[in-house]
Amino acid sequence: MANTPRSRVNLLSKAISGTHSSTGGSTLLGYIGIDTIIEQMRKKTMKTGFDFNIMVVGHSGLGKSTLVNTLFKSQVSRRSAGWARDEKIPKTVEIKSVSHVIEEGGVKMKLTLVDTPGFGDQINNDNCWEPISKFINEQYEKFLKEEVNITRKKRIPDTRVHCCLYFISPTGHSLRQLDIEFMKRLSHSVNIIPIIAKADTMTTEERQEFKQRVRKELEMSGIEFYPQKEFDDDMEDKSDNDKIREAMPFAVVGSDKEYQVNGKRVLGRKTAWGVVEVENPNHCEFAQLRDFLIRSHLQDLKEVTHNIHYETYRAKRLNENGGLHPISSSDTQESNL
Amino acid sequence: MASTEIARQAGEGARAVPLAGHVGFDSMPDQLVNKSVNHGFCFNILCVGETGLGKSTLMDTLFNTKFEGEPTQHNQPGVTLKSNTYELQESNVRLKLTVVNTVGFGDQINKEDSYKSIVEFIDAQFEAYLQEELKIKRTLHSYHDTRIHACLYFIAPTGHSLKSLDLVTMKKLDSKVNIIPIIAKSDAISKSELAKFKIKITSELVSNGVQIYQFPTDDESVAEINSTMNSHLPFAVVGSTEEVKIGNKMVKARQYPWGTVQVENENHCDFVKLREMLIRVNMEDLREQTHTRHYELYRRCKLEEMGFKDTDPDSKPFSLQETYEAKRNEFMGELQKKEEEMRQMFVQRVKEKEAELKEAEKELHEKFDRLKKLHQDEKKKLEEKKKTLDDELNMFKQKKTAAELLQNQAQQAGGSTTLKRDKERKNNPWLCTE
Repeated sequence: MANTPRSRVNLLSKAISGTHSSTGGSTLLGYIGIDTIIEQMRKKTMKTGFDFNIMVVGHSGLGKSTLVNTLFKSQVSRRSAGWARDEKIPKTVEIKSVSHVIEEGGVKMKLTLVDTPGFGDQINNDNCWEPISKFINEQYEKFLKEEVNITRKKRIPDTRVHCCLYFISPTGHSLRQLDIEFMKRLSHSVNIIPIIAKADTMTTEERQEFKQRVRKELEMSGIEFYPQKEFDDDMEDKSDNDKIREAMPFAVVGSDKEYQVNGKRVLGRKTAWGVVEVENPNHCEFAQLRDFLIRSHLQDLKEVTHNIHYETYRAKRLNENGGLHPISSSDTQESNL
Repeated sequence: MASTEIARQAGEGARAVPLAGHVGFDSMPDQLVNKSVNHGFCFNILCVGETGLGKSTLMDTLFNTKFEGEPTQHNQPGVTLKSNTYELQESNVRLKLTVVNTVGFGDQINKEDSYKSIVEFIDAQFEAYLQEELKIKRTLHSYHDTRIHACLYFIAPTGHSLKSLDLVTMKKLDSKVNIIPIIAKSDAISKSELAKFKIKITSELVSNGVQIYQFPTDDESVAEINSTMNSHLPFAVVGSTEEVKIGNKMVKARQYPWGTVQVENENHCDFVKLREMLIRVNMEDLREQTHTRHYELYRRCKLEEMGFKDTDPDSKPFSLQETYEAKRNEFMGELQKKEEEMRQMFVQRVKEKEAELKEAEKELHEKFDRLKKLHQDEKKKLEEKKKTLDDELNMFKQKKTAAELLQNQAQQAGGSTTLKRDKERKNNPWLCTE
């Protein structure tokens, strides 16, 4: 491993000799090795591992657990495909959080799944978003308390919700009142990714129409779902994210059973009229969701949560209590009096 | 793989679950790295050493570029720190490099306070970061980190031992910054002397309890090379920006009449080792140590100094806010008291001034009255005088008319003979009736 940076040195020195730098007025001649910091950083992050916290919200029967299992190709969520005979539908929204450690390609990830059984299941669903909102804020509060300690841990355990998958019922008509209320209230404290669940109940045309209607409704209600337009870093980001925003909400199908199709084993749902292939982009948009969520925007989800949602919570919290700005003798004018 | 934190957590209630296929989160390090690359990196080096030890030249050699600046004079009255920031780019990595030089270090006659400006500078950078971190609306993400990540301490190549100034300065700095001691201008020492010198230096550092930066040996991929390098500390370096032709290539070297010292030849000096350790292997670790160890220590001390505690005497966790509130109220109370005092003083002064002015006014009135009286007296006197003069004038007029009347009568009675006599008499009465 120690040889790798050096061999890259030889390869790159030929390409780099004579690189000019930007401001500062100094010209580089010959290779220094600054770009090895990428390798150093990569090694460091692989050593410490990652955590990721994902929350699923939607009323029961929309296939939330199945979808998460399909996304992470493992039994991270206990399937509640049918309520066990003596398990009752919870009277209020419960928050259940389960953690698993998964490893792939030398990268270890602690995945925490936060389930919200009981959401939208009662007759009167007033304020059923409150336990969820409280939970999210509690995680921010926990992090804030750790951060504010005098002696801090080297790595503050991160339980903040990085991503909230909101499952929309495939009615084919429009969003429900509950959907709009929930997303409106929570889109400013957590990254919300709306998903159309059980998309195999709609034909392709119905699906397109439904998506358009949903998107328009989201826009009219002023709901900023992830990726938020205002946090696009640069033009490249913006164009990438624009494409994604155009295609959202993704209409997905989940499954953890495999079937033989055209000689290949694929994940799918077998019906009398054929097999719905989960990873087939013609059948549903699962693959797109997975690529977007895991393969390209995983880190960004965490960063937006940390740099924006958490900071907003912190600023609000500190403003309530008159500020945390330390008083020093020279500071009499500036402290929040 | 070495036991990672995640694996440890696995024992704390998170099961390890096998994956049934390729999910794709192994691209996570790449995502993270890409984001960091877009954001750019920053690295801050502090060079401490006496003037003339080749600090600027070494920086130029390390980064293969000519930083601006001319050699400093030796007559500085105190130690100041000069920092310059440069933006370097290599392939797609942008680095904001800040080089801080100590100007005038070791030049004074009395060097007792030399280390103070350096310590103040380092603390100021920590303070700036701490202030930013404690703000309500903060932008830590885009904050330009000026905290010193590495301190290259230049030791003069005497060949004997460390100077006391060096020991004192390093002792003061070792808890604040990662110190990497290097022997400057090491082409002045022969190989055998060098080995002895290095041993002497290391033993002096150990016996004085100076904690220099140890290259990390916990990551197995770099453990080996780092531990060998640790044994080569302090590095004996030679810096040069001039190129000399050796064989058929141009190398950086210093040419003497008796031979050429090649900078990048490992037999001649440890420059390559320094570059390898500082930049190519441990740059990220230096940054991390600065943040997690030195900065946290500073922060803890500073907050404790201000009176914040984590737990109160009953060992219940003290909220930072509560302590803050209490302090704030205390402070506000003090401020108010001061304000009251100042107000009182002000009112008093005003009263005094008023009294003074009233006095002055009274005096003026009195003066005016006096003058008026004087004036009236004078006037009266003058009027009397005038009256007397008027009386005299009237009397004279009367006499004059009487005399003229007499004269007319005399003229009518007498003749011309008396004219002369009258003339005389005319004149005489004038003279007689003086």
